Amino acid sequence: MSLTEFSENYAPVDFMLVAQHWSLFLLGLRNTLILLTGPLVLSCLFAVPLALIRANRVPVANPIIFAYTYLFRGTPLLVQLYLLYYGAAQFSLIRDTFLWTVLREAWWCAFISFTLCSTAYITEILRGAIETVPKGEIEAAKACGMSPSTRTRRIILPNAFRRALPAFSNEVIFTLHSTVLASTVTIIDILGAARLFNNKYYLAFDGFIVAALLYMTLVYTINRGFKFWEGKWHRHLSRERTT
Amino acid sequence: MFDHSQTEPGRERAKLEIRDLHKSFGALDVLKGVSLDAHDHDVISILGASGSGKSTFLRCINFLETPTRGSIALNGETIRTRLSPQGQQEPADGRQIEKMRARLAMVFQSFNLWSHMTLLENIIEGPIHVLGLGRKEAVERAEALLAKVGLHDRKTYYPAFLSGGQQQRGAIARALAMEPEIMLFDEPTSALDPELVGEVLNIIRALAEEGRTMIVVTHEIAFAREASNRVVFLRDGEIEEQGAPENVMAHPTSPHFERFLARARH
Repeated sequence: MSLTEFSENYAPVDFMLVAQHWSLFLLGLRNTLILLTGPLVLSCLFAVPLALIRANRVPVANPIIFAYTYLFRGTPLLVQLYLLYYGAAQFSLIRDTFLWTVLREAWWCAFISFTLCSTAYITEILRGAIETVPKGEIEAAKACGMSPSTRTRRIILPNAFRRALPAFSNEVIFTLHSTVLASTVTIIDILGAARLFNNKYYLAFDGFIVAALLYMTLVYTINRGFKFWEGKWHRHLSRERTT
Repeated sequence: MFDHSQTEPGRERAKLEIRDLHKSFGALDVLKGVSLDAHDHDVISILGASGSGKSTFLRCINFLETPTRGSIALNGETIRTRLSPQGQQEPADGRQIEKMRARLAMVFQSFNLWSHMTLLENIIEGPIHVLGLGRKEAVERAEALLAKVGLHDRKTYYPAFLSGGQQQRGAIARALAMEPEIMLFDEPTSALDPELVGEVLNIIRALAEEGRTMIVVTHEIAFAREASNRVVFLRDGEIEEQGAPENVMAHPTSPHFERFLARARH
């Protein structure tokens, strides 16, 4: 029995057929990775100042940011994406400005809504971490004459980042899983590639199995990455002592 | 040894002048007008039952708590305050307070070493990022201080891996690295296991003998008697009794102080 024959008739997935379409799945993988890392990097950059404003209860700005995070954490990402993708086009105000060149692209709609959503989540993760930095350590920074900005930069944020790391690694995996929504607005991410593949050959699930394997591999890589990162950043935590 | 005799009023300008300090938390009056002068080489022990306001008093000196009323002057420079819209006293100039704090090092009851930094990093942090010292110079200073407190072999350890006594000795080295004019100790041995108290007290005693100016809030009566040149007994937010330890501790005039000393002897 030839390999092709085995693949076509006996194997659970026609892996030879999948292999023939490697470039389709590679494209999907590439797009998923861009839609994961781009919004995440931007979210981390935006979340630091936003979380500081939230944790320090800056007047005026804090309630606005709270409303933003509440809104974006309180509604499904799919709804946000649809509102941006289908909704924005309804306003001539948007269609007539340069915004339209951005918002008429499914790609940018996905990119922007992913960024807005994970910024909201990471802001709240980081706010929680900042608020649990031990008061005594902040007082020690004050007592040696550090200015508020030095204190934030040298003591509060490094401590908070370490505290936020486990929750952040979860957030990265959730963000990866929510990138599948991009396939609902015509983008060929991993799931999008799987759909195309299934449709082309009238297959029920073969493409999905490939997609699932790819996502699992990504999650495994992300987990390993965070294990390594925690190893570096959590050296200061003693295993047996709690004080 | 330095002459620890009582300073006469008006003999010289006090290094630290605290005048009529009041502090209330809501309706609770914790300090009700405390005045204190510290001169060069003074070692002042502040005693008192818990709740007498001694920690609050110390924390008001470097404005970790803002006094409700009263003034604090270091080397004749008064900390400027103003009234907030709510009518409460607040610091008028954050930079002035930062500069003052850099000259008054504080050692805390719960050590408060920065947990994400090694011991050495803890000690060079202030000199580099507050005093603007070069890294090389800061490390040299830190290594000498770590040797002095007997922790040179622990310099790469994170605080969580050190015993309480080691953490407190590290915190003292961190305070010394700022080359402070006055050191404030807030019950430095109260959070330690009994067998670790000695190693920390010995270092504080050695600092007193070097002639450093220190204000020590403590429960250690023996330390107050032997190491300090002045003892202040706080009760209900006021100074009940003060003077040279050999006088006031041998012959307390306040019955409360007498009872406090008697309880502590057991």
